[in-house]
Amino acid sequence: MQLKIKSQEDFWAGIMFIGFGLVAIVVARDYPMGTAMRMGPGYFPTYLGVIMMVMGAIISIRSLWVKGEGIRRFGWRGLFFLSLAFATYGFLIDTMDVGFILSITAVVILSTLASREFHWLESLGLAAVLVLGTVAVFIWGLEMPYPLFWWR
Amino acid sequence: METIAEWFPNLTLGFSTAVSPINLLYCFLGVFVGTLIGVLPGIGPLAAIAMLLPITFNLPPVGALIMLAGIYYGAQYGGSTTAILVKLPGESASVVTCIDGYEMAKQGRAGPALAIAALGSFFAGTVGTILIATAGPPIAEMALKFGAPEYFSLMVMGLMASAVLAHGSLLKAMAMIILGLLFGIVGTDVNSGMSRFAFGVSGLTDGISFVVIAMGLFGFAEIVNNLEGGGSKRDLLFQKIKNIWPTMDDFRRSWRPAMRGTAIGAFFGTLPGAGPTIAAFSTYALEKKVAKDPSRFGKGAIEGVAGPESANNAAAQCAFIPTLTLGIPGSGTMALMLGALTIQGIAPGPQVMTQRPELFWGLIASMWIGNGMLVLLNLPLIGLWVKLLTVPYRMLFPAIMCFMAIGVFSVNNQALDINMTLMFGFLGYIFVKLKCEPAPLILAFVLGPLMEENLRRALLISRGDATVFLTRPISAGFLIATALFLVIMLAPAIRKKRDEMTDEPIKA
Repeated sequence: MQLKIKSQEDFWAGIMFIGFGLVAIVVARDYPMGTAMRMGPGYFPTYLGVIMMVMGAIISIRSLWVKGEGIRRFGWRGLFFLSLAFATYGFLIDTMDVGFILSITAVVILSTLASREFHWLESLGLAAVLVLGTVAVFIWGLEMPYPLFWWR
Repeated sequence: METIAEWFPNLTLGFSTAVSPINLLYCFLGVFVGTLIGVLPGIGPLAAIAMLLPITFNLPPVGALIMLAGIYYGAQYGGSTTAILVKLPGESASVVTCIDGYEMAKQGRAGPALAIAALGSFFAGTVGTILIATAGPPIAEMALKFGAPEYFSLMVMGLMASAVLAHGSLLKAMAMIILGLLFGIVGTDVNSGMSRFAFGVSGLTDGISFVVIAMGLFGFAEIVNNLEGGGSKRDLLFQKIKNIWPTMDDFRRSWRPAMRGTAIGAFFGTLPGAGPTIAAFSTYALEKKVAKDPSRFGKGAIEGVAGPESANNAAAQCAFIPTLTLGIPGSGTMALMLGALTIQGIAPGPQVMTQRPELFWGLIASMWIGNGMLVLLNLPLIGLWVKLLTVPYRMLFPAIMCFMAIGVFSVNNQALDINMTLMFGFLGYIFVKLKCEPAPLILAFVLGPLMEENLRRALLISRGDATVFLTRPISAGFLIATALFLVIMLAPAIRKKRDEMTDEPIKA
């Protein structure tokens, strides 16, 4: 008999659950188990990990004969630029402390790059509108305590 | 019954709280933002409430809750508008409305469809309000007698329901629940003081913030996924909507579906783990079954709008019953409401009703007022919402990104939260690709610590004997109900039906 994965998405989902279960069990080994009557901090997570590994295994094995639709391609462009936009906001407003206006501008411009329909002018215009809007709502309206620029 | 006599002062207290100018303002803001979110595709109520949760930290508890609730049921209204006009459900509960609503619009009857949707929802909302007011106090009283085993079994029931009703593989949904429970216990263990799964990151000792996980799984992952679809062109057929008012025949056809929808919605709303989406689907299926001429469905039958729209609104409303009376959220969105309460320093549970009556009754009264506002907001202003639909997605998602970034960061003012959101966004995107439904995970995430604590207590009382869950009658009842539910749902015939029902007929 030849084994062939009929459902890629189920196979990998199963592997993912097995992985998470394994991490849970291994990490929870450092926590006292206790007994059923006096559960230690390791008790609940260890059993959850075991259950999840069993489920993951069943899901993976079932993928050998239950047919799936396959996994669609990853949209790397969107993933990359949106992640960058998000991370940049945290970096600029917290670590660099450059102020609200610059941080928001960065989020907008980097986000718009994620779309295939990107235009520079539109991006800048949108940034201007959104900076104005967010400053009005969050800084003036809700009085969030962020400086507008780095000098104050 | 004493409840009827208690009603009057309680509702008076409720209305006097809800009509104070500031609370009316919060209510209006809530339903307005809710409609907006419902109309705009690509952002659901869960992500929106997560986004706005941080800004309610500064509001008084009543105001915060009124506003968040307004967003929640407002989104149900807004979602139906887009479903009818452009065949794009603003959120999942209005997916079925697309079928007949859009057909009606194509026949030039968008106005009556919108009106019936709004009136049906208002009716359902009114019944929902009355139901909460009537059923709330007795349930809360009963819940005060619940011990740890009962709570544990109730949570098992809710989680299993959410897995059974999620679409796609049941097994995967159950694995997602376990994963959610595990994410939920990250942080300091309340009993031993030990920090678990923190991986040496000091920010994790307080646990993963709900805002972070909700925004990552439902906000970020959603946008990445939407962008893949390319610039979706929306056919806006109807710039002008004339004659909103339905005919007598429309009313005659609609009132029964609206009542049945309300009943089904109330049932699924109250049941933890179920919710508006499944209520709407079930109602549509039922209406098709009881109709004299089922072939009219899918060709612009007004019953197919009246039923589901009433159902999803009744369910949205009644979801507050378990949330407020038991302190057990029935869905991710309800978990956010409880999160808002907790942040305000109010421990959720049956005692809220007696200790903070103005909060409970004020919220209920405001929901009724809010439903009325929604009718006014939606019917005459329909033109405004239609205009909004013309905003292309490529200008919309950067705005959502800004709000998400600001929202996440404002919780603790640390970049760590932003990066965590990013990680959950990645994970959420992988879930999408592997067809793993995140809704059960988020519910389990909230219930995780509660479940562990109640399991621990239950086993402590029973001296480690796990049969305690079956020897206590109420607890056993919950577990038997869960088992029955599973067996029924796994029966081949119903299973096929479930797959049909939960497979979205129209891709959002």
